[in-house]
Amino acid sequence: MLQDILVTGLVNGGVYALLAVGFSLIFGVARIVNIAHTAFYMLAAYAFYTLLVKVGLGFLASSVLAVAGVTLFSVLCYRLVIEPVREHEAAVLIATIALALIFQELMLFSFGGNYLGIPSTLEGGVRVLGVSIPYQRMLILVVAAAMLTAAWFILYRTRLGLAIRATANDLEVASLMGMNVHRIAMATVAISVALAAIAGVVVAPVFVVDPFMWLSPLVTMLAIVVLGGLGSLKGSLIGALIIGYVEAITVFAVPAGAYLKGAVALAIMVGVLLARPEGLFGVAFEEER
Amino acid sequence: MLRSIVLAAAAALASTAVHAQTLKIAVLGPMSFVQGENHWAGAEMARDEINKAGGINVGGKRMQVELIRADTNEIQSVSDATNAIERVITRDKADFLTGGFRSEAVLAMQEVAMDYKKIFLGAGAAHSKLGANVEASYERYKYWFRVTPVKDTDLVRTLFAVLNTIAQQIRTELKTDMPKVAILAEKAVWTEALIAAVQKNLPAMKMEVVGTWQPSATATDVTAELSAIDRSGAQLVFTILSGPVGISVGRQMGERNMKAVAWGINVEAQKEEFWQAAAGKAQFVSTLDTLAEVELTPKTVSFVKAFKARFKKAPTYNAGTYDAIMLLKTAIEQTGTTNADKLVPVIEKMSYVGAAAVLEFDKRHDPVWAPGKNTGIAVQWQDGKKVPFWPPNVKGMQPFKMPAR
Repeated sequence: MLQDILVTGLVNGGVYALLAVGFSLIFGVARIVNIAHTAFYMLAAYAFYTLLVKVGLGFLASSVLAVAGVTLFSVLCYRLVIEPVREHEAAVLIATIALALIFQELMLFSFGGNYLGIPSTLEGGVRVLGVSIPYQRMLILVVAAAMLTAAWFILYRTRLGLAIRATANDLEVASLMGMNVHRIAMATVAISVALAAIAGVVVAPVFVVDPFMWLSPLVTMLAIVVLGGLGSLKGSLIGALIIGYVEAITVFAVPAGAYLKGAVALAIMVGVLLARPEGLFGVAFEEER
Repeated sequence: MLRSIVLAAAAALASTAVHAQTLKIAVLGPMSFVQGENHWAGAEMARDEINKAGGINVGGKRMQVELIRADTNEIQSVSDATNAIERVITRDKADFLTGGFRSEAVLAMQEVAMDYKKIFLGAGAAHSKLGANVEASYERYKYWFRVTPVKDTDLVRTLFAVLNTIAQQIRTELKTDMPKVAILAEKAVWTEALIAAVQKNLPAMKMEVVGTWQPSATATDVTAELSAIDRSGAQLVFTILSGPVGISVGRQMGERNMKAVAWGINVEAQKEEFWQAAAGKAQFVSTLDTLAEVELTPKTVSFVKAFKARFKKAPTYNAGTYDAIMLLKTAIEQTGTTNADKLVPVIEKMSYVGAAAVLEFDKRHDPVWAPGKNTGIAVQWQDGKKVPFWPPNVKGMQPFKMPAR
């Protein structure tokens, strides 16, 4: 059973990590409470499905077009919906909830409520420690690692990353220092949505695509980002692995309580927050600033 | 000017006359979802067949059928469903009602329909309470009839009958006396009684229950559950699933190349879209179902073929609105009236040969479960096709297959 928990927890943690990276960037670093983040993930999954299954483009062309299309669309949404109310967090929250619901209803109208399946990019699987793992999940682990590295590189090794962190730290001072804060925020949204879209393209083939697929990961992502510590990419990774392992342990230890895996994960998050309100890596994040 | 007024008045009178000749049947269902699509498609088949033949003979007067499409949105909102039924009764002046899917929503819609004393022919919800209401308070609920499916407790009878057949095949092919069964049921109120029944009865049926796993109905990932089931050595996964988790189970069992075979209730696997949704991985997943190109009744094959030709997909049990409307037509022509109070006792005594079953109603106005008349069928996904395999004595059934070992 131990090897099952080790392997299953790691693979599921990888899926969550990939979803959490972009969310951590937008919510944790740029402090834009973009509730529509996972709705963009849903849009990317639908775009990928349409291009791959309906239009018949290949995996690569469908992935690139889906990610690019959704990213450009997010920039448009930012300019039209988020930017005008950016200074009011509550307004951003409500506006992005509205955006997400509009996306949901548009997909429901266009594709119906049917569950759609996307073929795996990689077929087949491998047995690790006696546990069967499809290659698609291995791909998610690899992409998650690459995206985490890329996000870290952009944030800590580029001028854009410095500007993002500076505007997140103090919008007014960054503006006084000559930074175009609106453009930087737009770039942050674009990067984070691109990460969500990549997650949609890579993760959707292991799940089902439906208009409500954005809701469940939203709660898990919030939990992971808060658990790991706002703004800490490292914290998001650790948080994702913790949630992945907690869920695996719950399923293996209490089979009849498998439905509780989400609740147990959230309970642990609450427990951690009671002990460390800043999250696991919140202090390190403050120091980094 | 005067001529225009006269023409307009004549047109209005003609319109009124046409309306007087129509019988309005509201089709209630979640129209953005497969269930609602099938509700509507089944009703359209019945309407066109009836109208083409000259309509319904109501005491010597021919009346055309007019359908009212009512999107209940009941999968997302019960209150939307009650609003929809209220609207079709009060604004659209529906004479009869059919459809419904989600039990919680149908229970609420049943109340509205009974308030207005409208005959409501259910074609989707299985909860026993719908029929229990009729028995407990007949005068209020007598206008409710469940056309399809059979009630939840009767579904169990079919499940066990098929399970026995599959277990026997496992015993023969795998040379084991006690097949190992894993129960994989979504966490929901409707599954509790079923789980208890399976856990209690399987040992007596010479099967070993190796464990019970209960993911959420909306879980999109069941790899941890399937890993555990794989580890338990289960040869059969008894599924009790109605939500999208059924797709994840089918797909991920295939991706993991599991040797255990899945049987039970998997509502998503009943749909034509299941194979695509599971990305073609759900080989050998089997489920309880209602319609296939087999001779359940003399009408089944022709109905399924006509449905496929028209809608380019096979019907699900929600297309039982066809049987509901055709049964209603028979009852109206028999009584010569559309008066609900006069129709109820006639429907109660009917033995109607429908496309999916021979329909007879018990005192709860539930369809009577009876082998050879109304049990439902079992189907298995084999190479992208939904293959019917039970009841074995029905013409057109094919063999149940096990994954290669």
